[in-house]
Amino acid sequence: MKIAVCVKQVPDTWAEKKLRSDDSTLDREAADGVMNELDEYAVEEALQLGEAHGAEVTIVTMGPERAGETIRKALSMGADAGIHLVDDGLHGSDALATSYALATILNGRGFDLIIFGSESTDARMSVVPAMVAERLGVAQLTFAQKVEIAGSDVTIERVTDSGYDTVKASLPVVLSVVEKINEPRYPSFKGIMAAKKKPVETLTVADAGLDMARVGASASWSAVVDFAARPPKAAGTVVTDEGDGGVKIADFLTGQKFI
Amino acid sequence: MGEVLVLVEQADGVVKKVTTELLTLACSLGEPSAVWVGPGYSTAAEATLAEFGAAVVYVAESPELAAHPVAPKAEVLAHLVSEKSPAAVLVASTADGKEAAGRLAVRIDSGVITDAVAVSPELVATQSVFGGSTVVHSRVTSGTPIFTVRPNSTPPVASNGAAVRSDISITLSDAARKASVTGSTVAVKGGRPELAEAAIVVSGGRGVGSPEGFAVIEALADSLHGAVGASRAATDAGWYPHQYQVGQTGKTVSPQLYIANGISGAIQHRAGMQTSKTIIVVNKDAEAPIFELADYGVVGDLFAVVPQLTQEIGKRSA
Repeated sequence: MKIAVCVKQVPDTWAEKKLRSDDSTLDREAADGVMNELDEYAVEEALQLGEAHGAEVTIVTMGPERAGETIRKALSMGADAGIHLVDDGLHGSDALATSYALATILNGRGFDLIIFGSESTDARMSVVPAMVAERLGVAQLTFAQKVEIAGSDVTIERVTDSGYDTVKASLPVVLSVVEKINEPRYPSFKGIMAAKKKPVETLTVADAGLDMARVGASASWSAVVDFAARPPKAAGTVVTDEGDGGVKIADFLTGQKFI
Repeated sequence: MGEVLVLVEQADGVVKKVTTELLTLACSLGEPSAVWVGPGYSTAAEATLAEFGAAVVYVAESPELAAHPVAPKAEVLAHLVSEKSPAAVLVASTADGKEAAGRLAVRIDSGVITDAVAVSPELVATQSVFGGSTVVHSRVTSGTPIFTVRPNSTPPVASNGAAVRSDISITLSDAARKASVTGSTVAVKGGRPELAEAAIVVSGGRGVGSPEGFAVIEALADSLHGAVGASRAATDAGWYPHQYQVGQTGKTVSPQLYIANGISGAIQHRAGMQTSKTIIVVNKDAEAPIFELADYGVVGDLFAVVPQLTQEIGKRSA
């Protein structure tokens, strides 16, 4: 079996994020880059499925030079190889452009499973896995909290607002996994050393056979008109409980017509 | 004014509140048409859609459409976009809704903006990003604009629509049939509203201290007919199920009222609740950053303050 895991480098979850004033894109220099936290679950799931069913795991990322660190991290966790799409022409790509680029790279490489985290912690759109499935014309099994493979049949539990749906398909499939589907492993020292020798293929827009007119900021299907920091909230009232804190909140809620 | 398509969200044939919000928004943008995908369209559903202004209801009720996840919704909408050339398409910003919007965008080669909290008559969307720290205005520059809109963004306003039924029949693509829903499991019982849609959310964090501690949070939520949420500290500790996590890696909520109990207010949590209209905070630590967001805050022990509040609400609403 061949598994691809699509990962994204994002600003550290705990850092304040900002947009750049020049082109309204995320300021990636302003914070440390880390592997999107939800993608760690995708890598771990790929490794576990690979261990159970015998598979080669390839990490795919699209992003600037330093996004290569994210591939190395996944390789040090145990993945086998990497593909890094890196090109200045990709800067400012929206979800449609990103899904086009990823689908183009993945197409024709014979992957049985393409795994994503359910969303990135920066853009938080949660649409790229569905878009890639649509572009490739393969089954979409997303928001999985549990994945089972038997032969060529894949069954997942898709998280819903009220519980979960059981969804089935045959390989190949696009899968996305939610937080807590597993416990991502930490890279071992041996893993870190081994990762240095693992192959990472770097591709430019031209190498990947992408249409330059369909990637990058100028090709995007939507545009930012303007943005601003949210005005600071007017200071509220804070009191110290003197045995009547609950009553005081009730008074406030009554005043606001919540009670 | 042009036609605006609204994808209906429903559970067991009952139209969800978010759809009435989207219809209200659609009324300000043009002529709203509701789009029903799957079996179960009823007179009750029709009455709700009419009440909130749907001029037309496109009904695609083949059972096959509910047998496969997400893709059928995108394919019904794509069919209607090519037939009707609407001014815009509105979809609820839920997991299903966003994925359907994403697939639709690929199919009709049109731009999509997710998680809008408002859309102007000029079709400029307002988004609140990075945990609500930045407000962005953006527009679709290519194709038929698709917007996913967060629940609780527009107060629903009744507006008489004719809700004229128009039946739609499409042939699903082979790709859409490749994944099948074989079962549905309701994990959460009890009468509480869904977290993402709830008008009132009561959350607990590290300060709750234990699974048993959540009983006081649940009691307060029930007194207000609200949903229960939890911070990551509480779900990571196993005190409350993970699906109730509010925050950057959990759910984003934007209710009328959010009550944060024993939550310090790290970015991780604020990212999921900062755009709530009214925020109440109860925390022992006067220095907790969550107080910066509070409309009303009490520095004190939640196990004293919260039960007293619950009791007081009971008395006043009796």
